[in-house]
Amino acid sequence: MSKSDPNAPKRLALIASKGTLDWAYPPFILASAAGAMGWEVGIFFTFFGLTLLKSDLSMQVSPLGNPAMPMKMPFGPEGFQNINWPMPNLLMANVPGFEALATNLMKQTFKNKGVASIEELREMCVDLDVRMIGCQMTMDVFGFKKEEFIPQCEIGGAATFLEYAADAEVQLFV
Amino acid sequence: MNEVIKEDQVLDCSGMLCPIPVVKTSKAIKELQSGQILKMIATDPGAPPDMEAWSRQTGNELLRSTTEGDKFIFFLKKK
Repeated sequence: MSKSDPNAPKRLALIASKGTLDWAYPPFILASAAGAMGWEVGIFFTFFGLTLLKSDLSMQVSPLGNPAMPMKMPFGPEGFQNINWPMPNLLMANVPGFEALATNLMKQTFKNKGVASIEELREMCVDLDVRMIGCQMTMDVFGFKKEEFIPQCEIGGAATFLEYAADAEVQLFV
Repeated sequence: MNEVIKEDQVLDCSGMLCPIPVVKTSKAIKELQSGQILKMIATDPGAPPDMEAWSRQTGNELLRSTTEGDKFIFFLKKK
Protein backbone atom coordinates (compact mmCIF):
# COMPACT_ATOMS: atom_id res chain seq x y z
CA MET A 1 0.00 0.00 0.00
CA SER A 2 2.41 2.61 -1.22
CA LYS A 3 1.60 6.31 -1.32
CA SER A 4 1.73 6.92 -5.06
CA ASP A 5 -0.59 9.93 -5.03
CA PRO A 6 1.49 13.12 -4.49
CA ASN A 7 -1.59 14.81 -2.97
CA ALA A 8 -2.02 12.07 -0.37
CA PRO A 9 -2.18 13.29 3.24
CA LYS A 10 0.90 13.23 5.46
CA ARG A 11 1.55 9.97 7.20
CA LEU A 12 2.65 9.15 10.76
CA ALA A 13 4.03 5.72 11.61
CA LEU A 14 4.39 4.88 15.31
CA ILE A 15 5.76 1.91 17.18
CA ALA A 16 4.22 1.43 20.64
CA SER A 17 6.54 -0.88 22.55
CA LYS A 18 5.61 -0.24 26.18
CA GLY A 19 2.48 -1.17 28.09
CA THR A 20 2.61 0.85 31.31
CA LEU A 21 0.12 3.66 31.98
CA ASP A 22 2.73 6.41 31.58
CA TRP A 23 4.01 5.03 28.25
CA ALA A 24 0.52 4.33 26.92
CA TYR A 25 -0.14 8.06 26.53
CA PRO A 26 2.43 9.22 23.91
CA PRO A 27 1.36 6.93 21.04
CA PHE A 28 -2.37 7.56 21.49
CA ILE A 29 -1.93 11.33 21.97
CA LEU A 30 0.28 11.68 18.89
CA ALA A 31 -1.95 9.41 16.82
CA SER A 32 -5.18 11.24 17.70
CA ALA A 33 -3.60 14.68 17.18
CA ALA A 34 -2.21 13.64 13.79
CA GLY A 35 -5.55 12.11 12.82
CA ALA A 36 -7.26 15.37 13.80
CA MET A 37 -4.89 17.22 11.44
CA GLY A 38 -6.02 15.02 8.58
CA TRP A 39 -2.91 12.83 8.59
CA GLU A 40 -2.96 9.12 7.94
CA VAL A 41 -1.77 7.25 11.04
CA GLY A 42 -0.62 3.72 11.75
CA ILE A 43 0.59 2.26 15.05
CA PHE A 44 2.51 -0.99 15.35
CA PHE A 45 1.90 -2.47 18.80
CA THR A 46 4.75 -4.76 19.76
CA PHE A 47 6.24 -6.38 22.85
CA PHE A 48 4.59 -4.93 25.98
CA GLY A 49 2.91 -2.28 23.84
CA LEU A 50 0.70 -5.03 22.43
CA THR A 51 -1.30 -5.05 25.69
CA LEU A 52 -2.62 -1.58 24.71
CA LEU A 53 -4.82 -3.32 22.12
CA LYS A 54 -6.60 -5.45 24.72
CA SER A 55 -10.34 -4.88 25.00
CA ASP A 56 -9.95 -4.72 28.77
CA LEU A 57 -7.15 -2.31 29.55
CA SER A 58 -5.33 -2.65 32.87
CA MET A 59 -2.20 -0.54 32.62
CA GLN A 60 -0.22 0.19 35.75
CA VAL A 61 2.56 2.63 36.45
CA SER A 62 5.55 1.81 38.64
CA PRO A 63 7.48 4.53 40.47
CA LEU A 64 10.13 1.92 41.28
CA GLY A 65 13.20 2.50 39.12
CA ASN A 66 11.42 5.55 37.69
CA PRO A 67 13.18 8.30 39.67
CA ALA A 68 11.87 11.24 37.61
CA MET A 69 8.23 10.33 38.30
CA PRO A 70 6.61 12.95 40.56
CA MET A 71 4.60 11.45 43.42
CA LYS A 72 1.75 13.86 44.07
CA MET A 73 -1.60 13.66 45.80
CA PRO A 74 -4.73 14.34 43.69
CA PHE A 75 -6.72 15.78 46.61
CA GLY A 76 -6.52 18.48 49.29
CA PRO A 77 -5.53 22.14 48.99
CA GLU A 78 -3.37 23.22 46.03
CA GLY A 79 -0.21 23.61 48.12
CA PHE A 80 -0.63 20.05 49.39
CA GLN A 81 -1.28 18.73 45.85
CA ASN A 82 1.93 20.35 44.64
CA ILE A 83 4.14 18.57 47.17
CA ASN A 84 6.39 16.00 45.54
CA TRP A 85 6.51 13.16 48.06
CA PRO A 86 9.89 11.50 48.47
CA MET A 87 9.49 7.71 48.12
CA PRO A 88 12.51 5.58 48.97
CA ASN A 89 13.05 2.55 46.71
CA LEU A 90 13.05 0.33 49.78
CA LEU A 91 9.46 1.38 50.52
CA MET A 92 8.26 1.12 46.92
CA ALA A 93 9.75 -2.32 46.47
CA ASN A 94 8.41 -3.78 49.71
CA VAL A 95 4.97 -2.38 50.37
CA PRO A 96 2.33 -4.62 48.77
CA GLY A 97 -0.05 -2.69 46.56
CA PHE A 98 2.27 0.26 46.13
CA GLU A 99 2.00 0.16 42.35
CA ALA A 100 -1.78 -0.04 42.50
CA LEU A 101 -1.74 3.01 44.76
CA ALA A 102 0.61 4.93 42.46
CA THR A 103 -1.54 3.96 39.45
CA ASN A 104 -4.71 5.23 41.12
CA LEU A 105 -3.03 8.47 42.15
CA MET A 106 -1.79 9.05 38.60
CA LYS A 107 -5.19 8.29 37.03
CA GLN A 108 -6.93 10.62 39.49
CA THR A 109 -4.41 13.42 38.93
CA PHE A 110 -4.77 13.13 35.15
CA LYS A 111 -8.56 13.16 35.44
CA ASN A 112 -8.52 16.22 37.71
CA LYS A 113 -6.30 18.09 35.26
CA GLY A 114 -8.52 17.33 32.26
CA VAL A 115 -6.40 14.68 30.53
CA ALA A 116 -8.36 12.01 28.65
CA SER A 117 -8.10 8.39 29.79
CA ILE A 118 -6.29 5.86 27.60
CA GLU A 119 -9.66 4.27 26.82
CA GLU A 120 -11.00 7.61 25.57
CA LEU A 121 -7.88 8.37 23.53
CA ARG A 122 -7.94 4.94 21.93
CA GLU A 123 -11.62 5.43 21.07
CA MET A 124 -10.73 8.78 19.43
CA CYS A 125 -8.07 6.98 17.40
CA VAL A 126 -10.63 4.39 16.26
CA ASP A 127 -12.99 7.22 15.22
CA LEU A 128 -10.15 8.86 13.28
CA ASP A 129 -9.47 5.61 11.38
CA VAL A 130 -6.01 5.16 12.89
CA ARG A 131 -4.62 1.88 11.59
CA MET A 132 -3.65 -0.36 14.52
CA ILE A 133 -1.41 -3.33 13.85
CA GLY A 134 -0.78 -5.93 16.55
CA CYS A 135 2.50 -7.82 16.38
CA GLN A 136 1.96 -11.51 15.51
CA MET A 137 5.30 -12.58 16.95
CA THR A 138 4.53 -10.97 20.32
CA MET A 139 1.14 -12.71 20.35
CA ASP A 140 2.86 -16.07 19.88
CA VAL A 141 5.45 -15.33 22.57
CA PHE A 142 3.01 -14.15 25.24
CA GLY A 143 0.12 -16.37 24.24
CA PHE A 144 -2.37 -13.63 23.30
CA LYS A 145 -5.35 -14.31 21.05
CA LYS A 146 -6.90 -11.94 18.52
CA GLU A 147 -10.22 -12.19 20.41
CA GLU A 148 -8.60 -10.44 23.39
CA PHE A 149 -7.99 -7.32 21.30
CA ILE A 150 -10.32 -4.61 20.07
CA PRO A 151 -11.98 -5.68 16.80
CA GLN A 152 -10.65 -2.62 14.90
CA CYS A 153 -7.07 -3.88 15.02
CA GLU A 154 -5.31 -6.03 12.45
CA ILE A 155 -2.45 -8.45 12.96
CA GLY A 156 0.85 -8.21 11.15
CA GLY A 157 4.59 -8.36 11.43
CA ALA A 158 7.68 -6.21 10.97
CA ALA A 159 7.40 -6.23 7.17
CA THR A 160 3.78 -4.99 7.32
CA PHE A 161 4.82 -2.06 9.49
CA LEU A 162 7.98 -1.23 7.55
CA GLU A 163 6.13 -1.08 4.25
CA TYR A 164 3.71 1.39 5.83
CA ALA A 165 6.49 3.37 7.54
CA ALA A 166 8.56 3.64 4.35
CA ASP A 167 6.05 6.16 3.00
CA ALA A 168 5.59 8.08 6.26
CA GLU A 169 6.86 11.62 6.75
CA VAL A 170 7.13 10.99 10.49
CA GLN A 171 8.22 7.74 12.13
CA LEU A 172 8.56 7.42 15.88
CA PHE A 173 9.46 4.64 18.26
CA VAL A 174 7.77 4.90 21.64
CA MET B 1 -10.97 46.20 18.47
CA ASN B 2 -11.43 44.13 15.33
CA GLU B 3 -14.74 43.73 13.58
CA VAL B 4 -17.17 41.20 14.99
CA ILE B 5 -16.94 37.68 13.57
CA LYS B 6 -20.23 35.82 13.48
CA GLU B 7 -19.77 32.14 14.21
CA ASP B 8 -22.02 29.35 12.94
CA GLN B 9 -21.11 26.92 15.69
CA VAL B 10 -19.52 27.09 19.16
CA LEU B 11 -17.31 24.44 20.72
CA ASP B 12 -16.29 24.78 24.36
CA CYS B 13 -13.15 22.82 25.29
CA SER B 14 -12.63 24.54 28.64
CA GLY B 15 -10.84 22.35 31.16
CA MET B 16 -9.59 19.90 28.54
CA LEU B 17 -5.93 19.24 27.85
CA CYS B 18 -3.99 18.17 24.76
CA PRO B 19 -4.94 16.54 22.43
CA ILE B 20 -8.72 16.77 23.10
CA PRO B 21 -9.27 20.39 21.92
CA VAL B 22 -7.63 19.56 18.58
CA VAL B 23 -9.55 16.30 18.18
CA LYS B 24 -12.90 17.91 19.09
CA THR B 25 -12.21 20.84 16.78
CA SER B 26 -11.54 18.55 13.84
CA LYS B 27 -14.74 16.64 14.60
CA ALA B 28 -16.77 19.85 14.87
CA ILE B 29 -15.40 21.35 11.66
CA LYS B 30 -16.41 18.23 9.73
CA GLU B 31 -20.05 19.01 10.60
CA LEU B 32 -19.81 22.48 8.98
CA GLN B 33 -20.19 23.57 5.37
CA SER B 34 -17.32 25.18 3.51
CA GLY B 35 -16.97 28.86 4.53
CA GLN B 36 -18.80 28.43 7.84
CA ILE B 37 -17.12 29.55 11.04
CA LEU B 38 -16.42 27.63 14.23
CA LYS B 39 -15.74 29.43 17.50
CA MET B 40 -13.64 27.30 19.82
CA ILE B 41 -13.00 28.13 23.46
CA ALA B 42 -10.16 26.50 25.41
CA THR B 43 -8.30 27.01 28.68
CA ASP B 44 -5.25 24.88 27.85
CA PRO B 45 -2.26 27.23 27.42
CA GLY B 46 -0.99 24.80 24.76
CA ALA B 47 -4.05 25.49 22.60
CA PRO B 48 -2.86 28.70 20.80
CA PRO B 49 0.27 27.19 19.19
CA ASP B 50 -1.58 23.91 18.59
CA MET B 51 -4.52 25.57 16.85
CA GLU B 52 -2.12 27.52 14.62
CA ALA B 53 -0.39 24.27 13.64
CA TRP B 54 -3.74 22.51 13.17
CA SER B 55 -4.92 25.34 10.92
CA ARG B 56 -1.74 25.20 8.79
CA GLN B 57 -1.92 21.42 8.49
CA THR B 58 -5.62 21.18 7.65
CA GLY B 59 -5.98 24.37 5.59
CA ASN B 60 -8.90 25.58 7.70
CA GLU B 61 -8.18 29.25 8.24
CA LEU B 62 -7.59 30.62 11.75
CA LEU B 63 -9.34 33.97 11.40
CA ARG B 64 -8.63 35.17 14.90
CA SER B 65 -6.98 33.96 18.10
CA THR B 66 -7.64 36.01 21.23
CA THR B 67 -7.48 35.77 25.02
CA GLU B 68 -10.30 36.68 27.40
CA GLY B 69 -9.25 36.25 31.03
CA ASP B 70 -8.11 32.64 31.33
CA LYS B 71 -9.84 31.63 28.10
CA PHE B 72 -8.38 31.32 24.62
CA ILE B 73 -10.84 31.98 21.82
CA PHE B 74 -10.38 30.87 18.22
CA PHE B 75 -12.41 31.59 15.10
CA LEU B 76 -11.84 28.97 12.44
CA LYS B 77 -13.20 29.07 8.91
CA LYS B 78 -13.82 25.76 7.20
CA LYS B 79 -12.01 25.51 3.88
